[in-house]
Amino acid sequence: MTETVHNLLLGFSVALSPPVLLYAFVGCVVGTIVGVLPGVGPLAGISLLLPATFGLDATKAIVMLAGIYYGAMYGGSTTSILMRIPGEAASVMTCIDGYAMARKGRAGAALAIAAVGSYVAGTVSVVALMFLAPPLASFALRFGPPEYFALLILGLLVLAYMSSGSMVKALAMATLGLLLGMIGIDQMTGYFRFAYGVVELGDGIGVVPVAVGLFGLSEILATAGQETPPAVIKPTLRELLPSRQEWKDANWPIWRGTVLGFLIGIIPGSAHIISSFVSYAVERRLARRPEEFGQGAVAGVAGPESANNSATSGAFVPMLALGVPSGPIPAVMLAAMMVHGVSPGPLLIKQQPELFWGFIASMYVGNVVLLILNLPLVGVFVNLLRVPYPLLYPGILVFCILGVYAVNSSVVDVWIMLVMGLVGYLLRKLDFEPAPIVLGVILAPMIEMALRQSLAMSDGHYAIFLTRPIATTLLTVGVLLVLLSLKSLVTRGLDWRARIAMAEKGEEL
Amino acid sequence: MLTTNRAAAVALGVLAVVVLFESRKLPLGSLHNPGPAYMPVLLALALLVFAILVGAYGGASRGLGAVGWSEWRHAAAILGTCAFAAIALERFGYRLTMAIALGFLIGVIERQGVFVTLTLAVALAAGSYLLFDTLLRVPLPRGPFGL
Repeated sequence: MTETVHNLLLGFSVALSPPVLLYAFVGCVVGTIVGVLPGVGPLAGISLLLPATFGLDATKAIVMLAGIYYGAMYGGSTTSILMRIPGEAASVMTCIDGYAMARKGRAGAALAIAAVGSYVAGTVSVVALMFLAPPLASFALRFGPPEYFALLILGLLVLAYMSSGSMVKALAMATLGLLLGMIGIDQMTGYFRFAYGVVELGDGIGVVPVAVGLFGLSEILATAGQETPPAVIKPTLRELLPSRQEWKDANWPIWRGTVLGFLIGIIPGSAHIISSFVSYAVERRLARRPEEFGQGAVAGVAGPESANNSATSGAFVPMLALGVPSGPIPAVMLAAMMVHGVSPGPLLIKQQPELFWGFIASMYVGNVVLLILNLPLVGVFVNLLRVPYPLLYPGILVFCILGVYAVNSSVVDVWIMLVMGLVGYLLRKLDFEPAPIVLGVILAPMIEMALRQSLAMSDGHYAIFLTRPIATTLLTVGVLLVLLSLKSLVTRGLDWRARIAMAEKGEEL
Repeated sequence: MLTTNRAAAVALGVLAVVVLFESRKLPLGSLHNPGPAYMPVLLALALLVFAILVGAYGGASRGLGAVGWSEWRHAAAILGTCAFAAIALERFGYRLTMAIALGFLIGVIERQGVFVTLTLAVALAAGSYLLFDTLLRVPLPRGPFGL
């Protein structure tokens, strides 16, 4: 304990030195801009700006890149709440209730809760990163392909179980997403699947065009031509701050999201994305009035936003402690560290304590910088809602196209967004939720790889999923969820999901 | 009665059958050693089962006729604009394409005045180019005359 505090003081002496502080600030500002712009997520942002750090020493470079990462996670919530466009994939769940809050005139409150939730989650998870990194990292190391496969399947089942309405409909949407994720080169054999000669589809369908199409474009298609266009929201200064009740409603979801996000964050995969989906589902299940979800529930913003920021720190655990990146963003960070002559791993703490503890301390500093930066800007961002919708949506459309194109400089991605926008529009009309599709697209390659690796490990025996305790436990929980969802068929009553779905449609129970 | 759930079930079912049909071009492998078609076939079968279940229990949902489609012309125009952008982006360049797309949406579809249309179209196209291409160094396509 004393040693940790001593080391942290060493870290703060590095992080609070004016040059490092300046680069942390620059990273946070650039990251926030990157997060606000739809399509340019943290991965693209860090990749694009990596060459800009080549002239810096390792500590400043890593601190700046980490600032970009957090900033993007913070900024991603802004367009989700104000325009229903996820700035990056982890903000997809924030779109649902954040945008509903904005439509009710509570955009400022939603942005403030997202900022504070992100701050709390970011700060608490850094404390957890300091104290829990070694034991948690060793637990995550027990995850082989079978456990990973079971975890991913459980993630899909949890999301489907927690969705309102029919679990079958949610599973159908998740399966559709998984099928979309099958497009592209098969990682194990090199076969092109469903690409029809389009070379750009070889890498598969990107999450960004799917998410922007299903959420951003479909919203424009459904709203722009309404006979009565959405009213121009003119928030007053008082409305920018959350009410006491809203703070109260946000309190526990923030803490739950923090813990959940951190735990999911240390597991390999797109943890920050999965954590926000799971957090939303958990909050909906625990809510006293689950029918408010989708209509502007504070917990639907506070939980997922806290979870995805907490997962950001969690993802650094295996990267720093073991030198193993847990997802694409930590992988780019790892590459950045290696470019600067730093080798993350167990020896990093001993060999370069200034860098390791300076990095940890800069996370605290970065979170404070982001809170100071974001809260005053809430008013600036919310003013976007004053623009009449017939003038606002063409601008949003430009950013949708631009953001989607910018990720890979590919027109094919714009076509994918267009198709997904149409699909999202039709799904809205047919009362289907699009969120499981996005999760399906993200998880498809991971699930397939985990399944095939597991079978390769077991010489083709499926019993491997039942002989490993962690995998068996995870799959058992999944089966229990399916059985629970069938309860209403046996009892012939309405289960909680059916009641929520009816309440959302305004039907009497 | 054709309800929203049943309409969706038919669409999902057709998609599942198409995927099954297309998967025949790929090696299926075996249960113990899955090939590249294994997962798509498995998922298509699952989708087919879900489609049947959605269709079977879909009678309670609202009728397809009750769904409002009043905004479909607007939606079609916006989708058409996106399609134009996808076709023109690398031929005409980013700024020209976006200026035309914005001019069409603001001036023709939303029937705003000429001044508002031109100002917004040019400012948004040039401003977003400046932000992404010049400041963030995200390369955007240029068209004739370097536009």
